[in-house]
Amino acid sequence: MNHALILPILLPLITGAGQLLFYQAPFALQRLLGFASTFWLVLLGIWCLQVAGNGEHLVYHAGDWPAPFGIVLILDRLSAVMLALTAVLGFCCLLYASNGGDQRGAHFHALFQFQLAGLNGAFLTGDLFNLFVFFEILLIASYALLLHGGGRARSRAGLHYVIINLVGSALFLIALGTLYGLTGTLNMADLAQRVAQAPPGDIPLLAAASLLLLVVFGVKAAILPLLFWLPRAYSAASAPVAALFAIMTKVGIYAILRVFLLVFALGEAPINETAWGWLWPLALFTLALGGIGVLGSNSLRTLTAYLVVLSVGTLLATISFATQESLGAALFYLIHSTGMTAVFFLLADLLGQQREEGYDNFTATGPIGHRWLLGTLFFFAAIAMVGLPPFSGFVSKAWILQASAQESQGFWLWGVLLAAALLTLIAVSRTGSSWFWRPGDMARPYPLERGPLTLVSSMVGLNGLLAVFGEPVMGYLELTAQQLLDPHAYIAAVLPEAFVARQEVAP
Amino acid sequence: MALLYAITLGVLTTCGVYLLLRARTFTVILGLTLLSHAVNLYLFASGRLVSSAPAIIGLSEQPADPLPQALVLTAIVIGFAMTAFVVVLALKAAVELRNDHVDGENPDEDLA
Repeated sequence: MNHALILPILLPLITGAGQLLFYQAPFALQRLLGFASTFWLVLLGIWCLQVAGNGEHLVYHAGDWPAPFGIVLILDRLSAVMLALTAVLGFCCLLYASNGGDQRGAHFHALFQFQLAGLNGAFLTGDLFNLFVFFEILLIASYALLLHGGGRARSRAGLHYVIINLVGSALFLIALGTLYGLTGTLNMADLAQRVAQAPPGDIPLLAAASLLLLVVFGVKAAILPLLFWLPRAYSAASAPVAALFAIMTKVGIYAILRVFLLVFALGEAPINETAWGWLWPLALFTLALGGIGVLGSNSLRTLTAYLVVLSVGTLLATISFATQESLGAALFYLIHSTGMTAVFFLLADLLGQQREEGYDNFTATGPIGHRWLLGTLFFFAAIAMVGLPPFSGFVSKAWILQASAQESQGFWLWGVLLAAALLTLIAVSRTGSSWFWRPGDMARPYPLERGPLTLVSSMVGLNGLLAVFGEPVMGYLELTAQQLLDPHAYIAAVLPEAFVARQEVAP
Repeated sequence: MALLYAITLGVLTTCGVYLLLRARTFTVILGLTLLSHAVNLYLFASGRLVSSAPAIIGLSEQPADPLPQALVLTAIVIGFAMTAFVVVLALKAAVELRNDHVDGENPDEDLA
């Protein structure tokens, strides 16, 4: 058993606890600890990618309890991709925050580490109740991070965000209670087998539990009827926090992938068919609403929040085809969209600070300082976001369209996705032209800080690199999708005895 | 016993959902608390309701399932912490926004 597998959870947890205990220590030390921990997470993420790359599932039995009884952590390709993405994004956000934003409220660094611990735990765990616990850890850290910096808008948005997530937690527990009552287990691999062998009388209840889970993950991921908390919350959060939150909706998507492609995927008439049936129209409406919201926003942060909605719609619509090609394309888009929405949240802050008035509001028409430099950066970020070549958004969208062309309903996705992209293009070009072209030069521009500027530029650069090295990444993600669609390998890794027994019984 | 249990759960959930849909933060938090009580009881019942059967093998013919009890304990602790947090947040919002509506503004005030 390789103990390194629990490090992505333990390392930030211990760092965060230490930062809380020694909060009186010099602030620079706290910052340094945060950086050290997050840097190690990046290295661990790379290690995970490498280890999971050979296609095997790495299993960690917490406390060495055997599989269906104890808690297991499982690393497969999907977990590794998510872990690496979280670590890199977390590192960038921490870099941006250390420019002074982390001092506007108490315990930023400790909360940040707890958030990372919760995220990593959710990506690694192989137990549904444990998934609930890690969700709560990442949520309570996110509640406090959302309020970081204080202010009326944040309290208002925070109240909605907290209450809807508490209701979501209650629904999660109801679904877990139902599943446990029917099957007597909460280990995902064990659950998958029991659900597949469930008597026909239990199927409606199991389907109800699966749809409850879909609602819970839908709240996290922000699917159409459950997304109205998102724009206000994300646009109220401080820039580095909002950028980190770009991965939070993706946790919901990860959970949907994991649960519906593993737990409810087996049996003669898999229960996940119902969920896919719901997901497809809802995702399309989400995508359309995201496009309209982008066009109708009144500030760059709200616009970015709707870009998050748009990306969730695109992802779920692609995922609901549930083929290898579409899943691979969705995962590529997931990486791209997480990075780019984070860039846009940071960019809104960076540009807002340089504007003479109005911060990032579109109604203000004052001039902006350093407009050649910032305008160029915005131009590149905007074409990367919209999905024009040569950035990875183009690659991912082309792949999604190609994958959906093989489906009978694919043309719906073509229409809505391309229309939403057009609306995004209009919205960002309107922003760019009204901020950088119309007003003249600022008489005395504010001093430009190099650190954040370099960081955001290099994040856009990373997006370009993702396109340049698209082929190996796409290969990795295709294998990830293949692994996801083969739940038997996952079950065999977690429960070797049960799997062998089943193989012997089967002819 | 099962009927009484089910009715209790139903009443708790109904009251919880009703209060949750009110406009003021205090009632919403009460609703959340009732809902989380109902959920905890539901989780507890998922191990089947048996009386005078401790969760220890050998003390009774059919020992109770210990796992739901552990799950409920975890859920209670988490629910408690979350309620404490949301109470503090509601107080903070009430002080900062000068009213206790969930949207941060009183819709009737605009009309007056």
